[in-house]
This record gives sequence, C-alpha cells and structure tokens, in this order.
Amino acid sequence: MEAFLQHLLNGLLLGGTYALLGIGLTLIFGLMNVVNFAHGEFYTLGAYLTFAAASLLRVNFVLAIAVAILGGSLLGALCERVLLRPLRGESIDTTMLVMIGLWIATQNGELLAWGGVAKSIPHPFPTAPIVIGPVSVAPLRLFVLAAVLVLIAGSHVLIHRTRLGVAMRATFQDRETAALMGIDVGGIHTLTFAFGSGLAAAAGALLGPIFLVYPSMGDLAALKAFSVVILGGLGNFAGATLGGVILGIAEELGAGYVSSGYRDAVGFVIIILVLLVRPSGLFARAGRVG
Amino acid sequence: MTTPFWLPNPYHLHILIMAGIFSILALSLNLLLGYTGLLSLGHAAFFGIGAYTSALLALKAGWPFVAGFVAAVVLAGGSGYAIGRLALRLRGAYFVLVTISFAGVASLVSVNWMELTNGPLGLPGIPAAEVAGFVFRTKRAVYYLVLAVAGLAYLVCRRLVRSRMGRAFVALRENEALAASVGVDGARHLGLATVISAGMAGGAGSLYAHYTRFVSPEVFLFSYTVTMVIMVVAGGKGTLAGPIVGAVIFTILPEALREATSWQWQMLLYGVLLILTLLFLPRGIVPALTAWRDRR
Repeated sequence: MEAFLQHLLNGLLLGGTYALLGIGLTLIFGLMNVVNFAHGEFYTLGAYLTFAAASLLRVNFVLAIAVAILGGSLLGALCERVLLRPLRGESIDTTMLVMIGLWIATQNGELLAWGGVAKSIPHPFPTAPIVIGPVSVAPLRLFVLAAVLVLIAGSHVLIHRTRLGVAMRATFQDRETAALMGIDVGGIHTLTFAFGSGLAAAAGALLGPIFLVYPSMGDLAALKAFSVVILGGLGNFAGATLGGVILGIAEELGAGYVSSGYRDAVGFVIIILVLLVRPSGLFARAGRVG
Repeated sequence: MTTPFWLPNPYHLHILIMAGIFSILALSLNLLLGYTGLLSLGHAAFFGIGAYTSALLALKAGWPFVAGFVAAVVLAGGSGYAIGRLALRLRGAYFVLVTISFAGVASLVSVNWMELTNGPLGLPGIPAAEVAGFVFRTKRAVYYLVLAVAGLAYLVCRRLVRSRMGRAFVALRENEALAASVGVDGARHLGLATVISAGMAGGAGSLYAHYTRFVSPEVFLFSYTVTMVIMVVAGGKGTLAGPIVGAVIFTILPEALREATSWQWQMLLYGVLLILTLLFLPRGIVPALTAWRDRR
C-alpha cells in the first residue's frame, strides 16, 4: 500500500509535466491543424536554457525557469512566422514534414552546441526528502508539482477568462467566421504556437533539474505528449490535462509492478488502444478547446 | 550494371549496396505515402522485423537464405496487414501516430526480449546470402543481388501503379468519398497497399541482415524512417523514379559529407534540406525536373 501511494505521488508529478506538454501540443493541433513533431525540441530547449541561466550565468533558479519559458515562447513565435506562415493552406502532411525537419535540425544543432554528455542543473533545494505519512518526496519535486499546478491553472484562465482566450476558441471553432468577426487569425496562430512552445519549455525547465539534460531528451517527451493528446482527444484542453495525469500514473504503476524496461511502452500501447477503441479520445464530446 | 568492375574501392561499393537497399525501402514507402497518401512513420519497424526474422531463422533454425527472405517478406507483410486494418478507420495524424507507436513497441521488444533477440547486443554471425548453391560473400556479388531485388521491387511498383489498383490508390488519395462513390473499396485497397509496402520493407531488412551479417535494435531506429521519408519527399512522392533518385542522392550525400564534417552536421543538414525542399520544391526533384524539361 505504501509503495502504491508512493507510485501514485511520483506518477502525479510526472503526469503534471506530461499535461503541460500535452496542452501545448493539443492547442497547436486543434487551432492550427499542425502536427508538431518539433514539440519535444522546445522541451529540450527549456531544459538547456535553464541549465545555461542557472549553471553558467548563475541566475536565480526560479528566474532561470522564467527565462527558459520566455525563450521557448519567443522561439516558438519565430518558428511559426518563418516556417508555418508561408505554408498556411498547405496539406497537413507538408507542415508535419517541415516540423520533422525542424526537429532533426534543432536536435543535432543542440548536440553540436552542447555535446552529447548529459548535464545536471543545480537547484537551491535541500536533498533530504520530506516524509508525509507513508510517502516521502524531495523538496524539489514538491516545488515542481506546485509550479506545474500554477501553470496549468494559468493556462486555464488564459483560455477561458481572457479576450485572447475567446479569440483562440473562436478561431478553433471556425477560422473563417472568426476572421469575419475581426479576429487576426494569423496573430492568433503565432500566439498559440508561442504559448504551446512556452509550456513545453516550462516542462523541460521543470523536469531538467530532476532528471538529466541531454540533446535527445525531447524525443521521449514528444512521444508522451502525443500519447496524452490522443488520450484526451485532439484539441481538448481538459482532456490533455487529465490525460497527462493518467499517463504519468499508468507509467509509474507499470514500471513499479510490471517491468521498468517497458515503462516507455505504456505510452505506445495507450496510443494504439485508445485509437482502436475510442479514436476521438477518452473525454470526447464534440472536439473543442476547453 | 558494370559499376563493380570499374569501382574497385570496397567502401564505395558498400555505399552503392546501401543505396540499393534504401531504394527498396523508399519504393515501399512511396507506395503508401506517394500513391495512397498514407504517411507511415513506422516503416523502420517493417525493415527491422524483416531483418530479425531472416536473421533468427538462419541462426536458430538453420533456414536457407531464400526461405528466410520469403518469411521476412511474409511476416513484415503480416504486421503491415495489422496496421492496414487500423487504416480502415484512421487517417492523417492518427495513422501516423499508430505507425510510430507500432515501431516504438517493436523496438522496445527487440531490446527487452533477451532470450529471443539477445537484446541490445544484437545477433552477430548471420550467414551470407546463398541462392542455389552460390554464396554472396563478396561485396560485388551482394551488389548484384541487391540490384536484382531492387529492380524487382521497381517492377512490382510499376506494374501495380499502372494497374487498375494503382489508379484506385490515387483516387483514394485525392478524394476518398468520391472514389467510394464510384465503387472503389477503400478498406480493401488501403489494406493491400500497406501489406505490399510492409512486405517490401521486410525484404529489404532481410537483405540488410545477410549483407551486414549482424542485426541489433538499431534497425528500428527512427532515423531510418526519417531517412526514407526524406528520400521519398525530396525525390518526388507519387512518381516511380523519385524514390530511387532520392535514395541514391541521400545515401551518397551523407557519405560524401562524412569526410568533411561530423555526423551531427550531416543530420542538421538533413533537417534543413528537408525543410528547404518542402518550402521551395514541394513536389520533389523528379517532378521539378520533368516540369523544367517540358517547359523547354
């Protein structure tokens, strides 16, 4: 039972970051109809920016994470303007292949820039775990969990309570009508991509200090993000949040009780099963943001 | 045809053999991506399944090469059938993700099922290919074997594409509802295309295993799939010559660059080239050349 609770807590923490990844990916797909295979690279970027700020420039840890999120968003906006805007109206395959190209190029760029050796990000938290009843958790992990919750809540507020969120949801529902209502659809696309990339960078910045930072770390992250998006239904914000938590817990339980070698197979199996049984996701009403 | 005689350098011959194997893979991917419009990003799985089938049958059951090759084609085609069944209801991004997941699971199995696959250490000591008593031990002999199989794959593709079935593939790609309305059975045709494509990739895997005499989970690497996609897209998807042109260019180019630069630069360049091709030459090299010739 104690082991089970411990797995549950670890799963929740992992799942929170998966949710961050999934929300970004699902928004980009739902709004822009772009299958963003470069999503994992923004995760990697977030981790490396945090490493650069916290370790090389000795910036405050929390500030370093903020820098990473900002950097991820800006680069996301740039990618949208340079690569995706000229291809608007092209088939989904074309944009997907361009994002695959971006993925390969950035990953190997990172390999060249940082080298293949994994790096660890220094953090100011004590390493002794806090014991709460039957479970124990490192203070850093508690901080990460809190930050994830704040970011998810913030995203929810942005999408459901602001004018920008209204514009995003309107664009999602009907691009032409939204444009007729005076919404700058191009601008919304740029902002959505920047927002999604920022969330991916945040996930990388937060998980980076817990695990290690290396150039191909984004591959698995992207895969998890895709599992989450499929679990929750493409374009479904709440579905992605729940899907992330479910995947995180399923992985922890799978690794704990079945075999740790197949931990990463959980995501693959979920993708195949969900697509076989409920292709529109577990929580689908009609597909919508929110 | 005579290349092995005026190209004595075995390293160059090796590149040509790899170009031949990749031609088969690109032709097989093109059948799906180019003609039916289904993008499989798990194609390395069929290649890997073919390689492991052939290798295991030769090592553990002592099967001759020809039987192993046929088994590789059949087993890869069979797994293609399973994926094809999914294609009955999944399109676009969903289909892509199922194929990626399939390749991911196959790769994890090859790493973790130690008793069968020997895990990450791989299977060394696969015998050289042998047909009717002739052993393809030298690179020159393997070159002709690969050339023959690639030629066969090309003929199969050409025969298929120019048949009623090939026209049905294109009709399904262009407008599935319209194709169905004139009596094209989408499920049957897409399923069949996946089986043939996967079987061809499995055959390429078998050739690869008996040429390098070693397989490891690396055959499932996603970068193999990416390479195939780049070859097809850059060469010209939906054309017969495109995948071969793409395969030859993108096997020789990285090798030529290898002497000048590191592997990371090559892959970086790969990514950039893929983006540039899509932005400026969206239909690929072969269609662009054809259009240029027609204008003159």
